[in-house]
Amino acid sequence: MATKTARPIDAHAEPTKEQLLWMYETMLVIRQYEETMVNVYLEGKLPPNIQQGLAFDIGSGPVPGEMHLAAGQEPVAVGVCAHLRDDDTVVGTHRPHHFAIAKGVPLDAMTAELFGKATGLSRGKGGHMHLFDVEHKFSCSGIEGASMPPATGAALAAKKQGRDSVAVAFFGEGAANQGTFHEALNLAGLWQLPVVFVCEDNGWAISVPKSASTAVASNAQRGAAYGIPGVDIGENDPIAVFKAAGEAVARARSGGGPTIIEVKTDRLLGHFQGDGEVYRPKEVVDALREADPIPVLAEKLRAAGIDNAGIDELHERASKRVDDAYDFARSSPYPEPDEALEHVFI
Amino acid sequence: MAVAVGTRSLTMAKAISEAIAQEMERDERVFVMGEDIGQYGGIFGATEGLLGQFGPERVMDTPISEAGFIGAATGAAAEGMRPIVELMFVDFFGVCMDSIYNHLAKNTYMSGGNVRLPVVLTMAVGGGYNDAAQHSQCLWATFAHVPGLKVVVPSNAYDAKGLMTEAIRDDNPVVFMFHKGIMGLPWMGYFEGATVAVPEEQYTIPFGQANVVREGSDVTIVTLSQMVQKAAVAAEELARDGIDAEIVDLRTLVPLDTETVLESVRKTRRLLVADEDYLSFGLSGEIAALVGENLDSITLRSPIRRIAVPDVPIPYSRPLEQRVIPQVESITDAVRALVATSLS
Repeated sequence: MATKTARPIDAHAEPTKEQLLWMYETMLVIRQYEETMVNVYLEGKLPPNIQQGLAFDIGSGPVPGEMHLAAGQEPVAVGVCAHLRDDDTVVGTHRPHHFAIAKGVPLDAMTAELFGKATGLSRGKGGHMHLFDVEHKFSCSGIEGASMPPATGAALAAKKQGRDSVAVAFFGEGAANQGTFHEALNLAGLWQLPVVFVCEDNGWAISVPKSASTAVASNAQRGAAYGIPGVDIGENDPIAVFKAAGEAVARARSGGGPTIIEVKTDRLLGHFQGDGEVYRPKEVVDALREADPIPVLAEKLRAAGIDNAGIDELHERASKRVDDAYDFARSSPYPEPDEALEHVFI
Repeated sequence: MAVAVGTRSLTMAKAISEAIAQEMERDERVFVMGEDIGQYGGIFGATEGLLGQFGPERVMDTPISEAGFIGAATGAAAEGMRPIVELMFVDFFGVCMDSIYNHLAKNTYMSGGNVRLPVVLTMAVGGGYNDAAQHSQCLWATFAHVPGLKVVVPSNAYDAKGLMTEAIRDDNPVVFMFHKGIMGLPWMGYFEGATVAVPEEQYTIPFGQANVVREGSDVTIVTLSQMVQKAAVAAEELARDGIDAEIVDLRTLVPLDTETVLESVRKTRRLLVADEDYLSFGLSGEIAALVGENLDSITLRSPIRRIAVPDVPIPYSRPLEQRVIPQVESITDAVRALVATSLS
């Protein structure tokens, strides 16, 4: 479990060895989590155990419904969240696991939520796209463009309450074409709120490439329209993200107002599991895997003096955390059906 | 239902895309806009093949900007085009409801009938596959509630093709809602009754004509969309118990075929409304009120009953979702209870 002491804040610097280790281990947890889900998700969804005539049944198995995984996008989550405290707010997207893990959402309860179990974050009511952890100040939504306004509101609350906490809105490059993006950036710029807007540019809004959806090269450019500094990070590198986010979070925390950061990142899997990806050739995806940011960061760890035994230990610890979370979820009970009628109001 | 003998069986998704393609061939003013409707063919297959046939000038993938492109459809329609525009899930209406509710629905009226808006707004509806509260709603009553939108909700491929052709030719805004669970997708559980014979040639089904899909004498089940297929399964089970159910498929909510509903209830003297939208302030209340307002010509044997989503958001977890979305068993249980209850 990530703790505050595991990620000391030193905003303007290169990551410390401790921060590098935290980022690496968190990336491992995320990757392991998502790759485990690739297989778990398929359980019970394939012939012959489904309705005759179907090739795949989205509503079957232990984890039914849509599933959007973030393998490849770990650098964005860890590079930003390395600078955050428990009292900082993160609002994620429909593809939320990497953000939640990096923000410190407990893996057991999160995984149980994905299984629809009574031990889940929301006792099974929310599911994978709708994770809510009040204690760790994390939430997300299945609606595109839904992260920027509430993060702006969290920043407004912090300012009104005289706290030095900040808020982060993560969103994809596709969602930056929603009206909410532009309205929230204007509010944040106008009111000089402690919020950081972080665009994950994985190049694809489901099947639509950024070149066919966005009139500017980088959403960082759009900050200028709202008086907000924009930083464009053209590589899927957690250290580059770390440095840019460090400056942005420090600016926000010290009353300097919002920042927008766009990170070029890679979605190694389909938009959702089961996506045939007719819109991009397999070779393109293979090339993305060649540039996997995890082994790249491992090399940097070695250069920083971490030996292979130390790296292996991180891998083992990450695997155990993930395995334990899945075991917990599987062995947990389902909620009683009538619980469906609770919690409309409190 | 008049189906030509020997015609092909089509999924509802293919029937919809065929209707659009044939109308695009006939009328060059028709074009299609939406997210992932080009190469992907629509997330639920409603525009499959159109990009290859008509090219990117007439089959336009859009950015994720629903307020923008649905508003643009309204503007293009006012200038003589006939856009078909897809909102991927009805649940995404929140980001673009001003374009729909305050402009698409009202500009014709506010202009004294001078502005013509031949827009077809398609959208996927419905749950049952654990996609939770923001991807599983039906919400047809929300669209039927505001004056100015015709609302079409087919239950099978034959109706879908005829109703889509009618929708494109209509000079008014039409909301065309297809339930994911009857589109015939290879990746989602389905009801066989929705994939039926569909003529190759063009045809239209007029709006405001409900379809009695099963005649019966003991109870009228008024329903729509996927619930028609659930009701058909339920009716067969009830028949084994000697209960003869009549099923009325509304097919369009606006305009609503009140006569077919009233005639059926006059005959069976019992009414169950089976809906997959929220219970309160919606379709089931509307149908119940319709019958209530006509009790001078109807003699009920039992109180009116309604089944629908019991005023909670759709939960994710399977046992919770199945609890709130009416199932085949919900219909059989409700009908049995209805038949067993007399008016005092």
